[in-house]
Amino acid sequence: MRPAHLLSLLPICGVLIGPFVFNRVYPFILGMPFLLGWLALSLVLTSVVMACIYFSDKAANAHKQTASEGASK
Amino acid sequence: MNSAIVFIVAALAVALALGLRARRGKDMNLEQWTVGGRGFGALVIFLLMAGEIYTTFVFLGGSGYAYGKGGPAYYMLGYGSLCFVLSYWLLPPIWRYAKEQKLLSQPDFFAAKYNSPVLGVLVAIVGVVALIPYLVLQLKGLGIIINVASYSMISSTQGIWIGAVIVATYVFVSGIHGSAWTSVVKDVLVMFVAVFLGLYLPMHYYGGISQMFEAIEQAKPGFLALPGTGLSPTWLVSTVVLSTLGFYMWPHMFTATFAAKQEDALRRNAYVLPIYQLMLLFIFFVGFAAVLQVPGLTGSDIDLALFKISLKTFDPWFVGIVGAAGVLTALVPGSMILVTTSTLLANNVYRAILPQSDSARIGIVAKIMAPCVMLVAVYFTLGGNETIVSLLLMAYAFVTQLFPALTMSLLRNNPVTRSAAIISILVGEATVAWMTMTKSSVATLFPFLPPPLTDLNAGIVALILNVVTLAVVTLLTRDLPATGRQRLNEA
Repeated sequence: MRPAHLLSLLPICGVLIGPFVFNRVYPFILGMPFLLGWLALSLVLTSVVMACIYFSDKAANAHKQTASEGASK
Repeated sequence: MNSAIVFIVAALAVALALGLRARRGKDMNLEQWTVGGRGFGALVIFLLMAGEIYTTFVFLGGSGYAYGKGGPAYYMLGYGSLCFVLSYWLLPPIWRYAKEQKLLSQPDFFAAKYNSPVLGVLVAIVGVVALIPYLVLQLKGLGIIINVASYSMISSTQGIWIGAVIVATYVFVSGIHGSAWTSVVKDVLVMFVAVFLGLYLPMHYYGGISQMFEAIEQAKPGFLALPGTGLSPTWLVSTVVLSTLGFYMWPHMFTATFAAKQEDALRRNAYVLPIYQLMLLFIFFVGFAAVLQVPGLTGSDIDLALFKISLKTFDPWFVGIVGAAGVLTALVPGSMILVTTSTLLANNVYRAILPQSDSARIGIVAKIMAPCVMLVAVYFTLGGNETIVSLLLMAYAFVTQLFPALTMSLLRNNPVTRSAAIISILVGEATVAWMTMTKSSVATLFPFLPPPLTDLNAGIVALILNVVTLAVVTLLTRDLPATGRQRLNEA
């Protein structure tokens, strides 16, 4: 578990806690009722967060590989 | 004969022709028939997984649920987010183990992890039992689409039979190759139709999306949020949790996972697929646009909302295009489900009972199973009266019961014993079946619970019983060898 993985808690909380707190119609978000807009934004946030995690893991793996290659030389 | 029916017939004919043609130049043994000889590239795997989003469930069920229930339909967006978060950590270990052990199917995975052929058969049966309502809902959607888009020239029952015969035929001949071809056509057409309808209808009838929601809120205050009881926030969140845990427990999702060439593709999907899922918003807009324009649909008729408003708005030729997209959303997933179900029955049930059968024989059995499974599904489709969403929620409750035993098996030192895995799945499934048949809910079972808790999705009860059983039986059976030894020592 790397620190970047904690970012995934953002969409999880958005979806699991949001409906209790934001079960309302107004104000509209992007023309949509508040709860619908909130969940739609959570979906976009999921994509952003997972992209951050994906690329940070990828960079960490690449770093590890070059480090171990350097050590073996 | 109107122009709509021309498009519907053309879609059916194209699906049949592509499906039959896909066979060409291939020796149809079992491996070709079920997993395309494991030759599908990353793009096709992506489409097969993403295609899971574009089924009749979304097309008719999503718009229908928004039309009939309002706010509670938002749950689909919620599990669309969380299942992809989960997939990032869940799928790579499954893929690695399956590759190491050269596994073909979901039951193979359980059987290998717990070293128990009996568990494999059980998981295969659970898969089949859950896949049949999933097939039923595709057929139900198909009947609706063909009936409405043909302007009632073809009855819904005739539509179900026509679709069932076409899918059974091309699956019998081409197996999964038939689905792969048609799914590309389907995704493009559905995306176009969904986005167009979702933007055009609110514009046309209300002058814009926020104006539409404003008008609905005036006419039906609170419809666009969740009710305080019943389909309340507690219901939504518990349903999101169940659906998230169940999403990758489908046998055909396992197959799609196994078929990936590298685990990187599975991780990458975690951030690409949520964007694909945004299409749901447009489908919701269609359902909401219908609320004030075609009022009065109730019960399982809410699934008709998308087509009723299309009929009211467009010329027959465009209704034909919407219908063609709808037909494909039913045919392609329907054929995937049929291939998976027949393979489970032949490879994981029939072979387990008659282990001496060779692969050629299993291949023949799988093909013969396809039309038989289809007949069973037609039987339930014609007899049932459920909405599309309620059918899917029931099927999800079945597959979700596999989640605890699966997750534990991914731990480095899995404490769960074989008998605990088997018994806990049986307890979970029996609870779901019993609750479905008696139509019980948390409120009827536990009337003493405080109000927010009584709105919990009933599937949670089964899942909790499942986990408790898993823990208790593990503790009981793990201690057996130790106490046995102790007794020996004492004697």
